Amino acid sequence: MALSFQRLILTLQDYWATQGCVVLQPYDLRMGAGTFHPATTLRALGPDPWRAAYAQPCRRPSDGRYGENPNRLQHYYQFQVILKPSPEDILDLYLGSLRAIGIDTAKHDIRFVEDDWESPTLGAWGLGWEVWCDGMEVTQFTYFQQVGGIECAPVAGEITYGLERLAMYIQGKDSIYDLAYNDDGVSYGDVFLESERQFSAFNFEHARTDLLFKQFTEAQDQCRELLAADLPLPAYDLAIEASHLFNLLNARGVISVAERQAYIGRVRELAKGCCEGWMKKNGWDAGAAK
Amino acid sequence: MSDFLLELFCEEIPARMQAKASEDLARLFGEKLAEAGLTASGLETHATPRRLALIARGLPQATPDVHEERRGPRADAPAQAVEGFLKSTGLSRDQLEERDDPKGRFLYAVIAKPGRATTELLAEIVPAIVRALPWPKSMRWGTRSAHEGALRWVRPLHGIVAILGDRVVDLEVDGIRAGRTTRGHRFLSTGPVEIASVDVYAARLRDAHVILDAAERARIIGERARDAAKAAGLELIEDAGLLAENAGLTEWPVPLLGDFDPDFLDVPPEVIQLTMRANQKYFACRDPKTGALAPAFVCVANIEASDGGAAIVAGNRKVLAARLSDARFFWEQDKKATLESRLPKLGDIVFHEKLGTVADKVERVAKLARWLAGHIPGCDPDLAEQAARLCKADLVTGMVGEFPELQGIMGGYYARAEGLDPQIADAIRDHYKPVGQNDDVPTAPVTVAVALADKLDTLAGFFSIGEKPTGSRDPFALRRSTLGIASILIRAQLRIGSVGLFRQAEFPFAEYQDGSRAVYREMLEFLIDRLKVQQREAGARHDLIDAVFALGGEDDLVRLLARVKALQAFVATDDGANLLAGYKRAANILRIEEKKDGVAYDGAVDPKLLAADEEQALAAALDAAIPAAESAVGREDFAGAMTALAGLRAPIDNFFDRVTVNADETDVRANRLRLLARIRAAAHTVADFGRIEG
Repeated sequence: MALSFQRLILTLQDYWATQGCVVLQPYDLRMGAGTFHPATTLRALGPDPWRAAYAQPCRRPSDGRYGENPNRLQHYYQFQVILKPSPEDILDLYLGSLRAIGIDTAKHDIRFVEDDWESPTLGAWGLGWEVWCDGMEVTQFTYFQQVGGIECAPVAGEITYGLERLAMYIQGKDSIYDLAYNDDGVSYGDVFLESERQFSAFNFEHARTDLLFKQFTEAQDQCRELLAADLPLPAYDLAIEASHLFNLLNARGVISVAERQAYIGRVRELAKGCCEGWMKKNGWDAGAAK
Repeated sequence: MSDFLLELFCEEIPARMQAKASEDLARLFGEKLAEAGLTASGLETHATPRRLALIARGLPQATPDVHEERRGPRADAPAQAVEGFLKSTGLSRDQLEERDDPKGRFLYAVIAKPGRATTELLAEIVPAIVRALPWPKSMRWGTRSAHEGALRWVRPLHGIVAILGDRVVDLEVDGIRAGRTTRGHRFLSTGPVEIASVDVYAARLRDAHVILDAAERARIIGERARDAAKAAGLELIEDAGLLAENAGLTEWPVPLLGDFDPDFLDVPPEVIQLTMRANQKYFACRDPKTGALAPAFVCVANIEASDGGAAIVAGNRKVLAARLSDARFFWEQDKKATLESRLPKLGDIVFHEKLGTVADKVERVAKLARWLAGHIPGCDPDLAEQAARLCKADLVTGMVGEFPELQGIMGGYYARAEGLDPQIADAIRDHYKPVGQNDDVPTAPVTVAVALADKLDTLAGFFSIGEKPTGSRDPFALRRSTLGIASILIRAQLRIGSVGLFRQAEFPFAEYQDGSRAVYREMLEFLIDRLKVQQREAGARHDLIDAVFALGGEDDLVRLLARVKALQAFVATDDGANLLAGYKRAANILRIEEKKDGVAYDGAVDPKLLAADEEQALAAALDAAIPAAESAVGREDFAGAMTALAGLRAPIDNFFDRVTVNADETDVRANRLRLLARIRAAAHTVADFGRIEG
């Protein structure tokens, strides 16, 4: 029987735990991608080896469709694996994880299609692929080259599975809401459909933009204060919050094209400050940034 | 003689980079071989998603010994001279020999370089080219990435096969040792693949489900995709770009046919085809009877699946259905709002920081299109203005947001869907045309007005803020826009002086608000340059365009080309060629004599001083030909002007045969020089013959 949504997460956790990853629980902040988790962004920096795996709920306010689109959600899950330094056999390890969740690579067409990754808000970039399974993008694979404007040394490999898509594929469902969440009759829709409706309304209609602007400024101010106080970890929390507030403002359509770049630049400044603070706190040389 | 095999085995190389990498590898290796003094009888390179390979045939075992003797300065030369000689030879003073010869005692450098084994040279060459291979983007990876000088490559490099004859060349690149072991297909092959020698390389790979040659992979994809379509009663829509891309994504390509729900065919075919192509890299199919897009696709798998591909096709169908649902969603959503209602949003899109928003541009283009309509036969000014105002509205539709390549095309569909005049819909659809040398040039009057106005505004705007293309830099694609202007004017035979056109275009940048003659001149020269490019295929010679343009005052491209064509026909005749030769002779003499004397001989010829019959005949011929040519040019009868000039051939030839220009009598000489100036003036009624080549 095909894996349920939760069994999919459990299987991936189990698989990567045996590869020496610490299995973390989701970070308790609203964020746009699993990469924002400090276990990826900050741990990708510096010389220390690090292996972690975790599921992370992601919020993309603009992608909400009031629960009416079978493929789009404003809240969904990524399963994130970070391996530093990137092992020689990282692609084989990844393919092993696909087999573990029931994808037969003798029957399915797995492809690594060029996709270079860049996060303007994190000041990060890397090279890699989107991984296709029978034409469907199921994973984003990246060798981090820079994070927060700082050169990664050594380089980490990041594997990001789109869990809903993967589950739809494995279970053969056409709608996210029809996914089996567990093996006992609970569907993904049972758990999340109402939430999608309400949060779409919040994101697009009810989120108070005056408050959001205010909160953005507050988060920015406090982040800077914390950086000055040499507390990069809590500072980074505020950078994550600022980034999400910007995404909400964007969904409300109150940020003009011209302002957009300026906001992204402000978030990037915060994220860079946190990365530099983190390097400094650990006694690593951030000056290696090129 | 031995053959050399190099294989660089790595993680998946982006498809778009493979061909260039293959060329670069051949080039770099060739250069290094030459530097080392080696020659190969043949060199080939290949690329697949996971490997670059190079095969060099017929390498010698070693480079020949080199023995060289060089004589240097005298033994007692100043230290500086000796120093220089040491530097150039790379020797030290005690290694030099002193020899006597008839002129004295000299220093000699005797350099004996023994030949080097090819293996040894390859062990140096390979690491150098692996590091030097230029990738559009490169990366570091793994443990070594923490160290200075770590290898940067397109994706992680895993293995190197380097075999000369049947022996491994001992070399290493950043910790990777060369050997004879590679791997086959990622999924269809297991375990290492041993390569004994170059000769078995391709065959061993084929056994391991890897087709080395990209052209062969492309051929397989094309043939099997066509067959698959045909078996379903369909016809494959050929696409060379997709063929190459899929060949770069597969080591063992297997095309598979699938279908999609025919209900999706309500969505414009361009959208479906682009979704399939850009997002999924599928080929589209058409119904051979109607030519219409068929609800089918061909995807190219990289494996021979254990179930014959059933699961792969099913998966791809599902992905495509989701994509097409998205496209249909945009199509339905977009049709709910009129193009007109979208215009305010164009004010949010910056066209260029100094040239305002797209809304500003649209206002300018609308005004210009209305003015142009007055000069375009059959063009309704109201329709032209309305089409221009709406032509960019699709930029803020969901569909164009998703697929920017569909700009214009979608606007055309939406205009038709909301019931606007078909002339407007066509103008919106086609106003970006022509997009290149080989694209269709618009001819429908309203489209001509909008297409021309849009491009003219772009050219004028960027020139007015000093953003002119330089060298290979043309970030705003002004060359393409301007080529478009020339093509449209000529195709539609529009009789508008270019400077008049430029004057109508608005210069939004303050400094040029009144227009500036210097900018007009620059724009005109740029336009003429593009005209030359445009005519390269149409056949008008670039030197003849220059020759006509150099007269000044000709900025009507249609008339300019008519003159050029008449001139081109004329210089191809005997009379024309001879006149050209006579002109050049006259112009040369004039140039020399005028420079010598410091005066211009462009005064009137004095008939009383014409002594010889030949000069009298020439003067009479010129007196007849010049007004005739001028009047013909005035009537735009350029062939007539050439005929008038053709009559000068015999008198000019006779004159040069019999008459000495530099006569002893000063006044006769001056008069004859003035006669030559008249020849020059006669030619200049049609073109500056001095610029004609040959």
